[in-house]
Amino acid sequence: MIDIFLYILIGLSFLCLYRVVRGPTIPDRMVGIDIFGILVVGICALLVIKTERTFILDIGISWAILSFIGTLALAKYLSRKKLDE
Amino acid sequence: MSNILSLIFIGIGVLFDFFGCFGLIRLPDVYNRLQAATKCVTLGTWCILLGLFFRYGVSGTGIKALLFIPLIFLASTVAAHALIRGTYLFGIKMWDRSVVDDYKDAVK
Repeated sequence: MIDIFLYILIGLSFLCLYRVVRGPTIPDRMVGIDIFGILVVGICALLVIKTERTFILDIGISWAILSFIGTLALAKYLSRKKLDE
Repeated sequence: MSNILSLIFIGIGVLFDFFGCFGLIRLPDVYNRLQAATKCVTLGTWCILLGLFFRYGVSGTGIKALLFIPLIFLASTVAAHALIRGTYLFGIKMWDRSVVDDYKDAVK
């Protein structure tokens, strides 16, 4: 049962990467990366149940935090301001 | 019992993730895509982590999963808000059949 959910989530992350490749504007691609970063936390949580190795949850959460910081930096760049403004 | 409860929560989470990514593919412009995907995927990941908590109970992994829920909630919503504000200021046009644009007055 966990295997089926894991395969579904991996397929959904490929849908996000489709939006990253195909998206017509820059914010479209960044939305895809942002959503992918949140989906990875779910994939890592299911991998914890499947492999019984609990450090994988830490990998997922650090990926989510790095994706958060990257999205904030790109939002600042899109609004055409300096980073300390 | 707790395994069945955790499987139910994980199933709900995967269902919401599916709806979010479906909206990310199908909707017409970046504002619609972001509002569909962020809400659904945040709630889906929330449910998956809650299922992890029900499976492991009060132990290291369970408490960690429970603590990550508010972090995911705050991080994804704040990132979505900042990203959509930057998108508007960058000058991306809305879909031509959008009805309301209240932020246009606030920017001026």
